[in-house]
Amino acid sequence: MFIKANLYLCMTNSALFFTILLAAIFMVTGALFISCALSPKSTNSLKGEPYECGIPTRGASWGQFKVGYYLFAILYMVFDIETVLLFPLAGIIKDLGKDSLYYIMFFFVVLIFGLIYAWGKGVLQWE
Amino acid sequence: MFHFSIVLNCVDKFLHVYFTDSCVLFIDFFLVGIFILVFYAVLALVLIYLERKICAFFQCRLGPMRVGPFGIFQPVADMIKILLKEVIKINGVDVFLFRLAIYLVIIASMCTFGAIPFDRGLHVIDFNMGVFYFLSISSIGVVGILLAGWASNNKYTIIGAMRSGAQLISYELSCGLSLMIIVILSGSLKLSVIVEQQFYVWNIFRGGIPTIIAFIVYLISGHAETNRGPFDLPEAESELTAGYHTEYSGIQFGFFYLAEYLNMFIVAAIASTLFLGGWMPLHIIGWDLFNEIMDHIPPIIWLFSKIFVCIFLALWVRWTMPRLRIDQLLKLEWKILMPISLVNILFMFFWMMYL
Repeated sequence: MFIKANLYLCMTNSALFFTILLAAIFMVTGALFISCALSPKSTNSLKGEPYECGIPTRGASWGQFKVGYYLFAILYMVFDIETVLLFPLAGIIKDLGKDSLYYIMFFFVVLIFGLIYAWGKGVLQWE
Repeated sequence: MFHFSIVLNCVDKFLHVYFTDSCVLFIDFFLVGIFILVFYAVLALVLIYLERKICAFFQCRLGPMRVGPFGIFQPVADMIKILLKEVIKINGVDVFLFRLAIYLVIIASMCTFGAIPFDRGLHVIDFNMGVFYFLSISSIGVVGILLAGWASNNKYTIIGAMRSGAQLISYELSCGLSLMIIVILSGSLKLSVIVEQQFYVWNIFRGGIPTIIAFIVYLISGHAETNRGPFDLPEAESELTAGYHTEYSGIQFGFFYLAEYLNMFIVAAIASTLFLGGWMPLHIIGWDLFNEIMDHIPPIIWLFSKIFVCIFLALWVRWTMPRLRIDQLLKLEWKILMPISLVNILFMFFWMMYL
């Protein structure tokens, strides 16, 4: 009886989220399993080589990489956290009134200056 | 108005006649899972067919014509073929991460797919912070793509993955900032509430100039998020073979393909839900007869026509524009779209306060 009364409550969003998660995992695993069961198999020593246009691979692929991507990732961190902070504020901005709007605005303008600073430093210039 | 939860309750009551309570709960979840899987797969097939046909018409070709009338069974044949291809084991890959990447990409696209409200009461997930949920889950896909490139032990895949990572995280910012405009306007993060609010006027008309700018910025950055069109340099085939999924063969590649098309659908769906009124019909204040006629068209047709208009725009851009270089891509985001969307939010705050 308890379950019947709370059936709608039990079908909460979190439970449904995990249902979708399981469905996704099930789909990938199932399709991989079917594919492995049905597909032909042949072994060849050259078949397992990495595909780099037919030329034998030289050196390790897991090495150092260009630093430019890393700089953009750091800038992304700053602005993404700003987005995370602003989303709840954006939801209640109507109830907050004009005074608090100026505080948010101050936070926002500081971030815009941050972008201008990064621009001036030449971080946004790809080389 | 018709509420879809009536149908769900009917199914629930019907099941209660034959099964015990806990059994019904299990069956309900099972049905939701099956529904999502089938809908996901069918939609992917439809999108692949549409893409091939529309691409063909842009290039003055006919596209697939052989399998079935007008080639409508071509994607089904492709899917069966890809399922029967061998899954090749590559030497020197990090097997765990190599497999995990597929799961992450599919999970990211399917979990965001579940959050879309298709009709009144017809949605799988309806979180209080739906917009936030969409942004956070969709960014998991970046991890999947980076892992795919890294684990493959191939130089091309690493270059593709790094480019893709830089592109996706950059465009995610202006994506989030332009969705924030709608959150400021409607004062809610719940997707179903945002759709209900657009009964009289769609958000894009209600918010005035800032929302129109935000819509355009969202379309551009959402298009870049799906790794397609002029922004497809992670998988630039003339430079990098196939980018981050070079080493994936058979059905493993199929998953990346599936996720790419579904991501396009999800971006279009979120754009139409937040900006173009979701499943709400077009209402014009004062035109009572017009509104009456518009109400007779089912909401799901409204939603899908809006989504397919957005998808058609994305395809049009994809087959018209040449590919950008990586420096042009980052310049477009950080020096054009990012300042525009930041100033746009300031503008929106003032718009809300003084107008």
